[in-house]
Amino acid sequence: MTAPKTLYDKIWDAHLIEESEDGTSLIYIDRHLVHEVTSPQAFEGLRMAGRKVRAPDKTIAVPDHNVPTTPDREKGIENEESRIQVEALDRNAREFGIHYYPVNDIRQGIVHIVGPEQGWTLPGMTVVCGDSHTATHGAFGALAHGIGTSEVEHVLATQTLIQKKSKNMKVEITGRLQPGVTAKDVTLAIIGATGTAGGTGHVIEYCGDVIRDLSMEGRMTVCNMAIEGGARAGLIAPDETTFEYIKGRPHAPKGAQWEAAMAWWQTLFTDEDAEFDKVVTLKGEDIAPVVTWGTSPEDVLPITAEVPDPESFEGGKVDAARRALEYMGLKPGQKLTDIEIDTVFIGSCTNGRIEDLRAAAEILKGKKIKEGIRAMVVPGSGLVRAQAEEEGLAQIFIDAGFEWRLAGCSMCLAMNPDQLSPGERCAATSNRNFEGRQGKGGRTHLMSPAMAAAAAITGRLTDVRELM
Amino acid sequence: MEKFTTLTGVAAPLPLINVDTDMIIPKQFLKTIKRSGLGKNLFDEMRYLEDGSENPDFVLNKPAYRNAEILIAGENFGCGSSREHAPWALLDFGIRCIIAPSFADIFYNNCFKNGILPIVLPQEQVDELMREAEKGENARMTVDLENQEITTSEGKTFRFEIDSFKKHCLLEGLDDIALTMARIDSIAEYERNMAQERPWV
Repeated sequence: MTAPKTLYDKIWDAHLIEESEDGTSLIYIDRHLVHEVTSPQAFEGLRMAGRKVRAPDKTIAVPDHNVPTTPDREKGIENEESRIQVEALDRNAREFGIHYYPVNDIRQGIVHIVGPEQGWTLPGMTVVCGDSHTATHGAFGALAHGIGTSEVEHVLATQTLIQKKSKNMKVEITGRLQPGVTAKDVTLAIIGATGTAGGTGHVIEYCGDVIRDLSMEGRMTVCNMAIEGGARAGLIAPDETTFEYIKGRPHAPKGAQWEAAMAWWQTLFTDEDAEFDKVVTLKGEDIAPVVTWGTSPEDVLPITAEVPDPESFEGGKVDAARRALEYMGLKPGQKLTDIEIDTVFIGSCTNGRIEDLRAAAEILKGKKIKEGIRAMVVPGSGLVRAQAEEEGLAQIFIDAGFEWRLAGCSMCLAMNPDQLSPGERCAATSNRNFEGRQGKGGRTHLMSPAMAAAAAITGRLTDVRELM
Repeated sequence: MEKFTTLTGVAAPLPLINVDTDMIIPKQFLKTIKRSGLGKNLFDEMRYLEDGSENPDFVLNKPAYRNAEILIAGENFGCGSSREHAPWALLDFGIRCIIAPSFADIFYNNCFKNGILPIVLPQEQVDELMREAEKGENARMTVDLENQEITTSEGKTFRFEIDSFKKHCLLEGLDDIALTMARIDSIAEYERNMAQERPWV
């Protein structure tokens, strides 16, 4: 009898090439996703050392961070530095012979949306990308995490990483979610409970009935923000929902290979009695629609709450909260639902998938956004955009007063022209509310797509349940 | 990569928790296709005022800390984005060592690839070093990686732990890729086995 293993243990073991006495290990990487911002120095390093990409067929590149999302983007990228970066990816992808979805390809989009959509991401794989939100792919039961540019170069050259195994952490969400509560609320509530460093050094496995009941889109939203909880990777064991999503996608296995893959995928779960180093349990019924009030994703409260008093915290958090309130222009005791917003951003690798657009459109149907509000929807990929147009969602957004954009990272990190001005306050479906994240001096409140849609209608942070 | 053996220098206090990589190097500076030259934009939004002039209140703009080589910070330093531009910017400014109660994983890892030593110490010890750092130029500290020790200007020592492999690589200035290339036969064998076991990958 072998010892019971967690899902993480199983995937780790299946990719272990060598392990030295102190635990330093050489791990094989099955999929390497690449975007334009964190890769140019890595390709340049290869070139200078005269090295090739070891497994170009396992390497997939797509420009997303810098690309304009306005309808006129075929005119090219105005910002010279952004243009040079995208052109560098173009050149590197072709020179090194890796899979590539250029800006004008309908399949182009945010790398973490394109990977699953095209069937590149499969259960039991190791997936890396020079981007912290690589955790998204954990929704498929793939061990997926972000790496820096030196490691991007390491993977390009060797298809491996040197690592030590992380600890196992279990986050269980029991029961069911209340109406108006979504995967985004779940993932924010988890970070609110564990803190932004709660998962540091761990790989999280999300489980429990609430997670089982989520669609693949919802599971990707949950895993996407594992990094915001400090964990490099989040995992969800694959099940029928996963297999159903994968089947028939362009790069998913077919025929006899599908059967063989399924046989292995169905062994990918945590054994009974396997031990976790840390366990956190939340009740689904206790989770309300939430928003962030500060400048760290752990600054989470139910929409019915009030802005907290910095003095109510402990240690370094007292100063951090004081600083956050000053930056956010908020006062202790202010009702969250009284906070007026200027801008609404729906999109990102957290919430730029079709289900997210459906949820927002459901709230917006037949309604108009409040006058003076700037609102935009940026679909996560060209294919999500096309599907939303086919389903009539695009028209709902346009009729409500939203701008209907092309795919990219956009205002989530504001590397392209989609940015906040100093003091501008945004209801955002993205993943980070850091100072300056969406533009210098910009103020970000994170929330679900439905909550962002509700805020667009009323012009203030709003409990979506009042509009349902 | 430059070796890290011992370092004696000024330590700058940055008593903030959750210093994220957006704060260390804002996204508008990620558009470079080079690794160098990011030091002038390190902590850009805290370091410069609206008109582009230096914020005299920010620690690295104070005369005593303009040549700081060590940074003392609060918990969860380097959280957020995986951008290696963060350690590149720190290094380009001249910071070779960061001391904090905890670091975010990806940032921590990225430091070692660039010859920067991140040191984890218990909160009370970081607090003590933070007070020491507030003395400015008179508070030069010595970080000795071989012996895993920090010595303050007053001769007080703090021992720190570090992964033995990472320590070895820093001390020798080793390049990870070259190390792994030496094991290419094992990788090729793994690939042959996987082509049989999991051909769909």
